[in-house]
Amino acid sequence: MTHNWRLSHKRNVLADRACIIGEIRRFFNEGGYLEVETPLRIPAPAPESHIDPLPSASWFLHPSPELCMKRLLAAGYGRIFQICHCWRAGERGRLHLPEFTMLEWYRTDTGYYGLMDDCEALIRSVGDVIGLKERLVSRGREISLQGPWEKITVSEAFNRYTPYTMAEALQRDLFDEIMVRDIEPRLGITGPVFIHDYPAARGALARLKPDDPSVSERFELYIDGVELANAFTELTDAAEQRSRFLHEQETRLSLGKTVYPMPEKFLEELSHMPPAAGIALGLDRLIMILLRASSIDEVVAFTPEEL
Amino acid sequence: MYTVADLRKGLKIILDGDPYIVIAFDFAKPGKGQALYRTKMRNMINGTILDRTYRSGETFETASLEERTMQFLYKEDNTYHFMDNKNYEQIVINEDALGDAKNYLIDNLQVDVLLFRDKAIGVNLPNFVNLRVIKTDPWAKGDTSGSDSKPATVETGYTLRVPPFIEEGELITIDTRSGEYSTRVKG
Repeated sequence: MTHNWRLSHKRNVLADRACIIGEIRRFFNEGGYLEVETPLRIPAPAPESHIDPLPSASWFLHPSPELCMKRLLAAGYGRIFQICHCWRAGERGRLHLPEFTMLEWYRTDTGYYGLMDDCEALIRSVGDVIGLKERLVSRGREISLQGPWEKITVSEAFNRYTPYTMAEALQRDLFDEIMVRDIEPRLGITGPVFIHDYPAARGALARLKPDDPSVSERFELYIDGVELANAFTELTDAAEQRSRFLHEQETRLSLGKTVYPMPEKFLEELSHMPPAAGIALGLDRLIMILLRASSIDEVVAFTPEEL
Repeated sequence: MYTVADLRKGLKIILDGDPYIVIAFDFAKPGKGQALYRTKMRNMINGTILDRTYRSGETFETASLEERTMQFLYKEDNTYHFMDNKNYEQIVINEDALGDAKNYLIDNLQVDVLLFRDKAIGVNLPNFVNLRVIKTDPWAKGDTSGSDSKPATVETGYTLRVPPFIEEGELITIDTRSGEYSTRVKG
């Protein structure tokens, strides 16, 4: 039996990781959030065109705890958070693990802008605990964590960084390619950035902006070109939600992907859900960015390839 | 036939009729968007570098490259001559197609020649080769500059950094993957 040198050298990183997770729990406990645990194995994940859940017997390992957490909101829980593992089939790369750790939190007293403030406060407080002094330094570059963090709409980002408008990119079916190649690498280089107001079709569970229904009240947080969190003001209209799920199911069908059952219990209870906002933050990626690791592999004890 | 799921560094595929080798690869998925496979590829015939992004479902033609073990015979102007020891067939590869491999080709070295449609387009080298140092400055005893390496030229004309104790005429091992000095060959 040879000594696992790589694993033993991860001790410092894993200790920092535990410290970060400890601080996150303290932050939310002090903010009046209830920590919840929802089942990891569910019968019907939210239908989304480009997220493929992993089957587990006749059910699925959840790709996010979103549906159960919203059922808690509908039952009267006003502030909840969860740290749990999630699974997404086929996702593997420098920033992707098919099994990863998610931090989700939900509030019934704010829209998506309130969650931006939470992100700033949370990440600065976690940074303090690991001694960052409000800045990240790597390869001679400095990323300031001091607030307020920049906010830019998706449409402005297309105008600023690409020769296309957002509408042209959508029309030519190049939105994702341009986002990955021309926009993402430029987001969050000198300080964290919130990019917000995504095209309506790109937020199956988000509320549309009342004064501009062509976009949804959704944002993503980027630091150093890395997407860390996705948030929105939640859609609470059950009929509208069902019709969007049907549309996502049709897209999956046309892409030749498995179509899974409609989450009926969630849809039934959604009509009782008060206005709320929720956010999913990739915890491994946050740890990677804070510790200046170059790959998500460096901040978990085991990658799938090592099992 | 390969699919995007097979993409990885070192994979050889056919694009527009030419063989390409994947030299960089990453998986991307912009929030709620589709999976994208970003690649950087080198044309194995002319060395052109391509950046391409693929979506899931796309497929690639497999580059069937034949590999034949051959012996390096000699260099003449910009051409390198190799021989198959089984049938004594000789082939010629241009300097441009060899890339950095030319730095390590010494007479009689065994290499794997890559053939694409019967045309030689490159070689696979052993990971380590031994080459003789033909030029390097002597080690100045008492040198206090603190430098821990110096330039040395080996018999193929390639120049690299070596430790200060290496002298002219010595045999050293070079890692052909990085082009760096590995060890001194004792004896």
